[in-house]
Amino acid sequence: MKILLMGNPNVGKSAIFSRLTGVHAIVSNYPGTTVGYIHGFMKLEGETAEVIDVPGTYTLEPTSEAERIASQMLETGDIVINVVNATNLERNLYLTLQLLERNIPVIVALNIWDDTKHRGIHIDLGKLEELLGVPVVPTIGVTGQGIKELVESIPRATSPQIPPQSRDERWATIGNIIDQVQRITHRHHTWLERLEDASVKPLTGVIIALAVLAVTFLVVRFISESLISYVLDPLFNSLWAPVILRLSDLLGGSEFLHDIIIGKIAGGEINFVESFGLLTTGLYVPLAMVLPYIVSFYLVLGVLEDAGYLPRLAVLMDTIMHRLGLHGYAIIPTMLGLGCNVPAILATRILESKRERFIAATLISIAIPCASLQAMIFGLVGQYGGQYVAIVYGTLFIAWVILGIIFNRMVRGFSPELLIEMPPYRLPRWRTSLQKLWFRVYGFLAEAIPIILGAVLITNILYIFGVFNAIANFTAPVVTGLFGLPKEAVTALVIGFLRKDVALGMLAPLVLTAKQLVVGSVVLAMFFPCIATFVVLVRELGVIGMLKSAGIMITAALITGGILNLIL
Amino acid sequence: MSDGKLITLRQIQAGQSGVVAYIEGGHGLVNRLNALGIRPGKRITKVSSMLMHGPVTIQLDSTQVAIGFGMANKIIVKLD
Repeated sequence: MKILLMGNPNVGKSAIFSRLTGVHAIVSNYPGTTVGYIHGFMKLEGETAEVIDVPGTYTLEPTSEAERIASQMLETGDIVINVVNATNLERNLYLTLQLLERNIPVIVALNIWDDTKHRGIHIDLGKLEELLGVPVVPTIGVTGQGIKELVESIPRATSPQIPPQSRDERWATIGNIIDQVQRITHRHHTWLERLEDASVKPLTGVIIALAVLAVTFLVVRFISESLISYVLDPLFNSLWAPVILRLSDLLGGSEFLHDIIIGKIAGGEINFVESFGLLTTGLYVPLAMVLPYIVSFYLVLGVLEDAGYLPRLAVLMDTIMHRLGLHGYAIIPTMLGLGCNVPAILATRILESKRERFIAATLISIAIPCASLQAMIFGLVGQYGGQYVAIVYGTLFIAWVILGIIFNRMVRGFSPELLIEMPPYRLPRWRTSLQKLWFRVYGFLAEAIPIILGAVLITNILYIFGVFNAIANFTAPVVTGLFGLPKEAVTALVIGFLRKDVALGMLAPLVLTAKQLVVGSVVLAMFFPCIATFVVLVRELGVIGMLKSAGIMITAALITGGILNLIL
Repeated sequence: MSDGKLITLRQIQAGQSGVVAYIEGGHGLVNRLNALGIRPGKRITKVSSMLMHGPVTIQLDSTQVAIGFGMANKIIVKLD
């Protein structure tokens, strides 16, 4: 049996999905959190049923790509759990009525039920059930309340197959239902609602946005720096280093193995960044340099997502984003890209047109450094002083703006306008936020560490067989002539295709000047996406789109690197 | 105030309320707005508009919707 979870965007389908199946789905407080196909399984009366978390849709007459996918999925289901936002019954019932017209059993989960009380909304459940002709179960997805009752009611799902109505007839029917089941008592604005309004007003909105960005930056830096200085560096230096030194003695005879596993040790001291062995750099980079930024960035991003701030940032940025051929909502994939470009490029599906998706995905790949790369930029470039880090970020930002302006003129197609529902502000629930954080951190550990270890291994092997020397001599005119870097720096660009964090680490032993490190960081960030990003780019843009995108990346990196080398 | 005057959503002042009179647009726009509950006869209140042709935010029932500048120009509202 196939159970579909369907409903308007941001009504809590993913929260209910996680409760039903135990499969973790990313839950956030903005429309369009779920863009792909997520499924899981649940036990129902002794049998296994498949549950599908369908992307949110306002109507079955598709008005966007996500809605088209949603109405296609409807054809394949056996039962629909229609998740309805109890605090916005009228609008949500439009989809419900459309579902009731179809030949498929429906059950309504009246979600966000807890919010109705303090919003002064009273709903007569019995009456609603009677008028709709299908079971209605109040639920609170994020706490799990009502989920048991929902599951128990699934067998009662029925298909009333009401006669199809026109748009106006449906609204008339809804008006009739609302009159009979819903009563709203007056109440005063809460401070969260005042903050909602202030966030989208020109003056207060900009002040709030600047404050949010400043706090984000400070908190991310504070948490990650503290983790590095007080937890991870001491762990590596006082606990792990002695183990490695002992191992180094044991391996002493075999140079080949020693190089690969431990790398180079100079004068009995281990430099975890430069030694470049599997158990030294291969563990230190992901765990002690990148992980702290991953944890702190996703903690803050999760809070912003769950509070419902990101769509408001979209409203504020809309005018600027239009100059870049996008609209405000593109700021959400962009913000996700500061964590990892892979989910960011998937999230460009919330944009309506092909043109926007191409522009957004290409801009993210070129100019939005992921958390791993940023961690290394702070770790390595930061040693020379904050101003150099600022130059790296400033250059990427300028590249983002200039490329966007060029795309806006050159890329054909149309860019639609912003039209989004603003989620209410909610105080994040720590349990959900921490769960999401763990999910993302685990994803990083599981996906990044094998690739990082692979990258270290390949690097050593390529060095040992002299392949890197051959490449370095071949590319020297560009690397040395154009970028002003030592010719060996090209190895970082090659390994950058695997992981950009390790790649930037490869620049460390080259004893670069601050200026060279800035050029290297910027070129590495822009030149080409890492393999994981490359794969989703091909999938989302197609091979032709990816080739165009890659051509732009390489050109932009060559020009930017060259200019930086000239003016710094 | 201007009783019953027809005016675009763009021109309304923040804080003013009215009822959507009609939508001056093609089928696609009417459909998209309809999906969000913005349809003739619906009561709305303007919350804000951003400067320099930025989006307009409106309140309808218990939700807020942000609408691009061009679209907001096509939504005709009958002021209270």
